[in-house]
Amino acid sequence: MVSLSQLLVNEKGTIHSFTIGRSETNRLASLGLTPGAQVDMTQNYGRGPLIVIVRGTRVALGRGEAAQIFVERNSS
Amino acid sequence: MSDCHTTPSVSSRPLAVREKLPLIALAGQPNVGKSTLFNLLTGLNQHVGNWPGKTVERREGKFTLDDHQYKLVDLPGTYSLTANSPEEVIAREFILREQPDVVVALVNASNLERSLYLVAELVTLPAPVVVALNMMDVAAQEGLCIEPKVLEAALGVPVIPITATRAAGTQGLIHVIQETLDGQHCLMTPRLPEIRSDHRLALDEILHQIDGCVPSPYPPEWVALKLLEGDAEIARTMQNSLPAEKWDAVNIVLRQHDDALLAVASGRYEWIGRMVRAAVVQPRMGQISWTKRLDEWAAHPFWGLCILAGILGVVFWLTFTIGSPAQAWLDIKVVGGLSTLANQVLANAPFWIRGLVVDGVLGGVGAVITFLPIMVIFFAVFGLLEDTGYMARAAYVMDNMMHLMGLHGRSFLPLFLGFGCNVPAILGTRVIDSKPARLLTTLIAPLVPCTARMAVVAFLAPAFFGPKAILVSWGLVLFSMLILILSGSLLNKLIFNGQRSAFIMEMPLYHLPNSRTIGLLVWQRTLSFIQKAGTNILAMAVVIWVLSVLPGGNFQTSYLVQFGKLVEPVGRWMGFDWRLTVALITSFPAKENAIATLGVLFGNNPQGLVQTLTSTYSPATGLSFLVVTMLFIPCMATVAVIRQETNSWGWTLFNLAFMLMVSIAAGTGVYHLALAVGL
Repeated sequence: MVSLSQLLVNEKGTIHSFTIGRSETNRLASLGLTPGAQVDMTQNYGRGPLIVIVRGTRVALGRGEAAQIFVERNSS
Repeated sequence: MSDCHTTPSVSSRPLAVREKLPLIALAGQPNVGKSTLFNLLTGLNQHVGNWPGKTVERREGKFTLDDHQYKLVDLPGTYSLTANSPEEVIAREFILREQPDVVVALVNASNLERSLYLVAELVTLPAPVVVALNMMDVAAQEGLCIEPKVLEAALGVPVIPITATRAAGTQGLIHVIQETLDGQHCLMTPRLPEIRSDHRLALDEILHQIDGCVPSPYPPEWVALKLLEGDAEIARTMQNSLPAEKWDAVNIVLRQHDDALLAVASGRYEWIGRMVRAAVVQPRMGQISWTKRLDEWAAHPFWGLCILAGILGVVFWLTFTIGSPAQAWLDIKVVGGLSTLANQVLANAPFWIRGLVVDGVLGGVGAVITFLPIMVIFFAVFGLLEDTGYMARAAYVMDNMMHLMGLHGRSFLPLFLGFGCNVPAILGTRVIDSKPARLLTTLIAPLVPCTARMAVVAFLAPAFFGPKAILVSWGLVLFSMLILILSGSLLNKLIFNGQRSAFIMEMPLYHLPNSRTIGLLVWQRTLSFIQKAGTNILAMAVVIWVLSVLPGGNFQTSYLVQFGKLVEPVGRWMGFDWRLTVALITSFPAKENAIATLGVLFGNNPQGLVQTLTSTYSPATGLSFLVVTMLFIPCMATVAVIRQETNSWGWTLFNLAFMLMVSIAAGTGVYHLALAVGL
């Protein structure tokens, strides 16, 4: 299991859990990020914010927020 | 039309036929085309204001079809109905308290899975829901094939496919709204999302505890669900309504189930998954979308910044080639013409009436009118960037830099607009989703040097520094930016405990801008600026004028000048005499007034003024005056919109005090430093 910020571009993963605060968890959930959801990293330059596709939506996340979301890397 | 649309918790609506027009609420997530549909239905027949006590835009309008008239209220765009933001509270309170006859839920056909999330929440509220499936064209382009009838059967509420950008399907939508009002869809019962069985027990326990104590108009089942989701607003309401021992019992259950929030959300997505699997006949093909290709450039850490710089360059080019000449034209022709006319008409009136009209009222009107060209340009650019989806990219590429101030990318564009004029900058802070971040951005926005202040610099810097004026001007801008960043991080630490709101943002698909949407937006924003800020500016202009003529009718002996002489000791710290102090005070109605005041006080024309100033004041005083001009309390138009957007005199006065303090400290420091290096 890795944090979402460690997922490389074009890697896919399944959301496992959050360590982020309650109101952020709520916002993430309403944008489609819930445990079990598939994420597809489309932009991650190793610093700064990143973009993932989840449930067909492109979602931008700050690196700090992404570091508190944990995913299982999908074996390709 | 009432009781038939039952959800488990619905209370019976008054059966009496409403005298008023049928009330339709338009709900939807951001970026589903809600504004486009609202504008399409209501056209110019709409009214824009604020939700009571909130600085969230409220739009309502009327539309007619087949002799039936309807009232349409546009609810704020929200992803869910949990109290994360004022918008979400407004949307659900409206549905619960105003009891709209129909709630139209707009969903994005090309992104059903995400946009049905709000519908999953709406169907649990006691109001009939009609789903409008928008962007059918985009879905078709992406190879998605959706069966609206199957979705309708699966959801248990009417579903109508539309394409709002091409005005397709809206008549069908209105017919279904009318049918719903007539009670024709009564037999349909919406299917509701469920939650995992272990949490179901918790829900029942909470429901048991709160039974009989839930204040109207909240449905108990819905309240129990929101408590499980950790909704702070509902928790507060119930804490006040429940006896202490029952509230404690509820809290024990909530603590045992603190992961229930995700279980509830997952339950909704499972519900959505079933709907989507049924209704989507042909899934999306794996093609690389336009959005992905454009984002490789627009969201790139380097190229993204280059593109942003290019766009902002164009905005300023527009401001200077169209905005400034238009401003000058309005000032000379319209305001000047009106002044001449008023002078002629009032030739025989007492001097104070003529002064009040020409210098007070027309001066204020002039300030409002000459703002308009720049406001229109900025509103149009802002609307265009928002409508095409680019705004999110600008926020994305600027996120790192904004971290320095404890802000995130969303604050960048409003602040940047401040270079043109601080007024649209502060109005533009509405794009910031978190309340503390929005307040912080509003408080530091006046530190961005606007064109009016740069005009003062452009006049005085060459006078004092000759060929080095360009260098000094750049230095002043950089100095302002430094102060902005320092103030931002300081205020963030002191007031907001160094918290930074999370950067979580949808990156919408790019699409072609809709001229109707942008045109209406510019029209409404401009109108509301004239109505709200305009009246405040006018009032302040009159007050300043009165202070500049009383008691004797002579500016040199007026209260304003007396006040300037009174506070001159403070001016001394910065190397000012009473004349520079008065000039600074009169820059409050409009920053460029500083020069005009100096002209009056020295009784000179502009050419002569330059020489008089340089022979009267040392370069150290000149530099200090420029620094203070950059950082002094904002102009009255900015103060008017700060009051309007923060909805608080407290924060407005705080901002004034803060700017005053910063400018005096910086002016004093710079003056003594300049003296020390021998300027």
